[in-house]
Amino acid sequence: MTTSATPVKDNASPRALLGGRSIPGRVVPVIVTFVLFVLLFGVGAARYDGFTSGQVLANLFIDNAFLIVLAVGMTFVIVTGGIDLSVGAVVALSTMVAAAGLRAGLPLPLVVLLVLAMGSTLGLLMGLVIHHFEIQPFIVTLAGMFLARGLCFVVGVESISIKDDVFRSVATSPILLPGGVSITWSVLIALVIVAVAAWVLHRTRFGRTAYAIGGSEGSATLMGLPVARVKVGVYVISGLCSAIAGLLFGLYMLSGYGLHAVGMELDAIASVVIGGTLLSGGVGYVLGSLLGVLVLGVIQTLISFQGTLSSWWTKIAIGTLLLLFVVMQRAFMRRQP
Amino acid sequence: MTSARPLDRFRSSGLLWPLVAIVALLAANAIVRPSFLALRFQDGHLYGSLVDILKNGAPTMLIALGMCLVIATRGIDLSVGAVVAISGAVTCSYIAAAPDPTSARAALVGMGMALALCAVLGLWNGFLVAALGIQPIIATLVLMTAGRGIAMLITDGQIITVRNPVFRTVGAGFLVLPVSILIAIAVFVLVAVVTRRTALGLLIESVGINPEASRLAGLRARTIRWTVYVFAAICAGVAGLMISSNVSAADANNAGLWIEMDAILAVVIGGTSLAGGRYSLTGTLLGALIIQTLTTTVYSMGIAPEITLVFKAVVVIAVCLLQAPKVRAALGRRTRRRSAQPAPDAEPGAERSEQTPTGPIVEKVTQP
Repeated sequence: MTTSATPVKDNASPRALLGGRSIPGRVVPVIVTFVLFVLLFGVGAARYDGFTSGQVLANLFIDNAFLIVLAVGMTFVIVTGGIDLSVGAVVALSTMVAAAGLRAGLPLPLVVLLVLAMGSTLGLLMGLVIHHFEIQPFIVTLAGMFLARGLCFVVGVESISIKDDVFRSVATSPILLPGGVSITWSVLIALVIVAVAAWVLHRTRFGRTAYAIGGSEGSATLMGLPVARVKVGVYVISGLCSAIAGLLFGLYMLSGYGLHAVGMELDAIASVVIGGTLLSGGVGYVLGSLLGVLVLGVIQTLISFQGTLSSWWTKIAIGTLLLLFVVMQRAFMRRQP
Repeated sequence: MTSARPLDRFRSSGLLWPLVAIVALLAANAIVRPSFLALRFQDGHLYGSLVDILKNGAPTMLIALGMCLVIATRGIDLSVGAVVAISGAVTCSYIAAAPDPTSARAALVGMGMALALCAVLGLWNGFLVAALGIQPIIATLVLMTAGRGIAMLITDGQIITVRNPVFRTVGAGFLVLPVSILIAIAVFVLVAVVTRRTALGLLIESVGINPEASRLAGLRARTIRWTVYVFAAICAGVAGLMISSNVSAADANNAGLWIEMDAILAVVIGGTSLAGGRYSLTGTLLGALIIQTLTTTVYSMGIAPEITLVFKAVVVIAVCLLQAPKVRAALGRRTRRRSAQPAPDAEPGAERSEQTPTGPIVEKVTQP
């Protein structure tokens, strides 16, 4: 799977690295995503009253805060050329553990720590198996997905509502922004994570190594980069992000349930791809993934504003968009010298 | 390789651990409930837990066979679950809208239309992968996401129920054995004969090992890749007919949900590497049976069915670990030293095809 795509990267990266002064090819998809987001928002603004209000924009973030965090974690994994199918299940498990923990009377900080530790540990285990036994990430994280979903039902089969006062007040208390727009704490948390993740991926050695592994793992090893640590590390990051996303999803739903977030891993992957990250690894931006989530969000908002369209049009629209972006990336990469 | 003793050949074929797993599962069942292995013959039908396993596993088996060939060409098809839903949706909505919803004609035309549409969907996947050169995982993700939406569009979001005796035969009928098992076995035999008694299987493997070299050697690599995607989609279509026929309804939301994952697991458990190349149809069949047996075991042991997933995860990881080249190399080192004949060339050969050219160098660097 990876080898078939290596020529693409080999063509693209030297030019960007050696300072082709034109816009490097890897940024174009991000720009296109941004333009698309503006266009879609413009269509909404032209067609529906009240679409242009700041609150609609704020709601995009409020309704997708957890997906933003998931997509950020997924970006790390995909940049190294891997994939993590377990994220949706880990989100569900996090809501379940948080809800059950709070119901059992554990203090909130302890529950949060527990959930974060659990997500990271799951990611760590998957990363170790992937790296040290050389089993494909697809299969290992698929098993992780089954395991996490199964563990949800071990915790409890029914949905558990979260009644903790602090948790509820964090979930419901709005942060007022100028202009009468309000956002939730989830949005703030998600944006902080985007900022931290962007810094880690684009500005640290860890991030550079992640790109290098995605470009060519063999070369990265020969260069003496800490391949093992980073390769396992990205799965830990993805697991941690899934756990945080799970807590945010818990804030959003105020309940824990084993069937929460079914198929969310696909939304996350779709956002990352629409955000311009290559599934073969080596190319991608955290900001692109954020834009990818926003594009998905704006499509959902458009469909709900339209009112006459059924929810399944969302799926068809996401599929079509995915197709457009993949074909576009393909066409663009081919034209590179 | 052919000169090796049968036992060595069997060991290197990768079927050993799947077979051990399935025997262990069946034994565990038989110990807990001795009647598990019993078969009884009634009204010309064969009944029993073993038959149930086969019957419920038939759709997964069928899809796994298609998936196996796709994976052998270094591809993957995530869209089969959506195709299952579409196939059931088309058939049921056609039958429900037909002037006589119980007639054989309505059923046959409906099923024919569904399979034709599935072939078109397969052509579409093949077009993206073989003609446009998009990575298979993402090319088929497109249809995986959009496909369920399309199925919902066809059924208008409703669950369509039909009463048609002919349609019901596909998934719930009996011909001594349940018809769905017979279909799955027929397809297995067909695929085995077509790919193993002709050069086609070899060509598929060579495309998987090195598409570019195969093309340069004069193979129609593109046509072969295209064909396997169409075949996988048609298999998924037939499986969709079985699933919706078994319950006489089309449920666009839940029909074939996650079946692509089960099918991929079946293929991998059966010893076919996701990196493409060598494939094992028998292994795939065993893999599908393991998954189904596991599910049935959990049910029959009275464990909450929701927890099946935990067991599935454990079995998958265990089987994959046992098959991982590194673990196998560690396990095989002893036997190899003892036999000290050229037989082990079968194993390194298989490993070589799975690694990137830099693989061996990497190992040398990391070891000291």
